[in-house]
Amino acid sequence: MKVEEIVRGVLRGEKRAIARAISIIEDGLPEAKAILSALEPHTGRAYVIGITGATGAGKSTLIHKLIQAYRRKGLKVGVVAVDPTSPFTGGAFLGDRVRMQDLALDEGVFIRSMATRGSLGGISDATGGAVKVLDAAGFDIILVETVGAGQLDIAVAGIAHTVVLVLAPGLGDDIQAIKAGIMEIADIFVVNMADRPNADRMVVDLMSVLEVSPFNPSDWRPPIVKTVALTGEGIEELVEQIEKHRAYLAKRGMRPSEKKVRTLLLEALRRAVVSDILPMITKSAKFDAAVQMVVKGQVSIDAGAELLLSSIKQALREME
Amino acid sequence: MSSAKKQRASARPVRVLIAKPGLDSHDRGAKVVARALRDAGMEVIYTGLRQTPEQIVETAVQEDVDVIGLSILSGAHMTWVPRVIELMKEKGIFGEVLLLVGGIIPEDDAKALKEMGVDEIFGPGTPTDEIIKYIRDNVRRG
Ligand SMILES: Nc1nc2c(ncn2[C@@H]2O[C@H](COP(=O)(O)OP(=O)(O)O)[C@@H](O)[C@H]2O)c(=O)[nH]1
Ligand SMILES: [Mg+2]
Repeated sequence: MKVEEIVRGVLRGEKRAIARAISIIEDGLPEAKAILSALEPHTGRAYVIGITGATGAGKSTLIHKLIQAYRRKGLKVGVVAVDPTSPFTGGAFLGDRVRMQDLALDEGVFIRSMATRGSLGGISDATGGAVKVLDAAGFDIILVETVGAGQLDIAVAGIAHTVVLVLAPGLGDDIQAIKAGIMEIADIFVVNMADRPNADRMVVDLMSVLEVSPFNPSDWRPPIVKTVALTGEGIEELVEQIEKHRAYLAKRGMRPSEKKVRTLLLEALRRAVVSDILPMITKSAKFDAAVQMVVKGQVSIDAGAELLLSSIKQALREME
Repeated sequence: MSSAKKQRASARPVRVLIAKPGLDSHDRGAKVVARALRDAGMEVIYTGLRQTPEQIVETAVQEDVDVIGLSILSGAHMTWVPRVIELMKEKGIFGEVLLLVGGIIPEDDAKALKEMGVDEIFGPGTPTDEIIKYIRDNVRRG
C-alpha cells in the first residue's frame, strides 16, 4: 500500500489501512513521517484515556467493560494495549486481547496489541503515533493499556487526557509502596476486585494518603472508584468520573495540570541525564583518573563521584 | 539513539497470531508454541480459546500480523480452515499472511488443505525449532 492510499483508508476508517499505518509507525519506516503529518490535521477529536497499574490488577478486563460502556453511548472505541518486549530475545507475548476478544467483530471497535520494543515508561515510542492514527480514523474514545511495570509506567500521562490507576487488593499493591511519580499522574484511582476481601481497607488507606497530599483549591481531586471488572460493577461510576475529569480539563482549555507536567518533565530529565550526560562523564579522561584515585585509596568512591560532579554543578550554578 | 532505533527497525520482529478455532477446551499446545516463538524474538498475539474464523481473521487484520497459526485438535479442521481461507481472501490478506495449521491432520486432508492455500501443516510434537525456521524462511514481509 502506498502512503496516499493508507492515509485515505485511515480517514475512511478502514481497518486494514489503520493497522498498516500503525505498523509503519511502529517499525520506524521512512513513510511514517509522511503518514503522520498527513493525518495530523484530522486529529484532536478523540478523548484519550490511559489505564495503568500493576500486572494482574485487572486493566484489560476493565477496558473490556469500558469499551462496552462507551459503545452503549454510541461512541467508537480504539484500544492500544502495550506489553513488554523481552530485553534478551526481542520477542513479546501480547495477551491483553484475550479479555476483549468477544468485541473483535464490532465495527466500532479497533484493538491493537503493541510491544514496548525497548522503550521505557510503560508504553512504546510508537504508542502516541498509534493513538494519532486511531484519532484521525474517527475513534471517539481511545484507551491505552500500559505495561504494568509499576512506578515506571508514567509516560502514558504524556499522551492521555485522563489517567486511571488501577489497584487491586492482594497483589502486594501496598498503598505506602506506590511511588510518588505514579500517584501524581493518576487522575482517577480504581480499586478493582472489590469482590475480594481487603478492598475496603485499600480504599481507606488510599483516602488517607490522598488526604495528606498537597493541592490547590482549583486542582482536580482524584476520586476513588471501586469496581469489579469481571462483572462490570462500578463501571458506570468510572465512566462518570472520567466525564467529570474531561469537563474539568475542558474548562482549562485541555491544558494538563502543572503537577503532571512537573512529574513528566522530571522523568524525562532523569532519563536524559542517564542516557546523555552520564556517558559524557564516564567516557572522559577525568573518569579514568577518578577510578585510579579510588584504586590507590586516595579518595573514597563518594568523594570520587563528587570530584567528577563538581565542575558540572559549578556550571549549573553559573547558569542560574 | 537514532542508530539504535534504525537497527531495531530493520530487525522488525515477525508478528504472529496464535489462535484456536472451535470448541477445544485446552490450549496447552498452542501456548507452548506461542512461548517458543516469543523466545525466538517474535511478537506473539494470543487470543485465547474458542475463536470463530471471523474473529481470527479480523484480529489478524487489526494486528497486522505476518503469520496466522491455527491450532486445531478437535479434528474439525476441514470445517474451520476453509472458512478462514475464505475470509482471508475477502479481507485481502490471503497470500500476504502465512497460514500455518497445527494439529493431527490425516494425509488426505493435509493435501487438500495445502491445495486450498495453507502454507504448512505441523503435526503434534513437531520441534518448535522447525516451526521457527519455517516462519523465518517463508515470511513474506521483511
Ligand atoms: N475476582 C476478580 N477478578 C478479576 C477482576 N478483574 C479482573 N479479574 C481477574 O484478574 C486477572 C487479571 O486480569 P487482567 O485484566 O488480565 O489484568 P491486567 O494484567 O491488569 O490486564 C484475570 O484472571 C481476570 O479475570 C475482579 O474485579 N474481580
Ligand atoms: Mg492486561
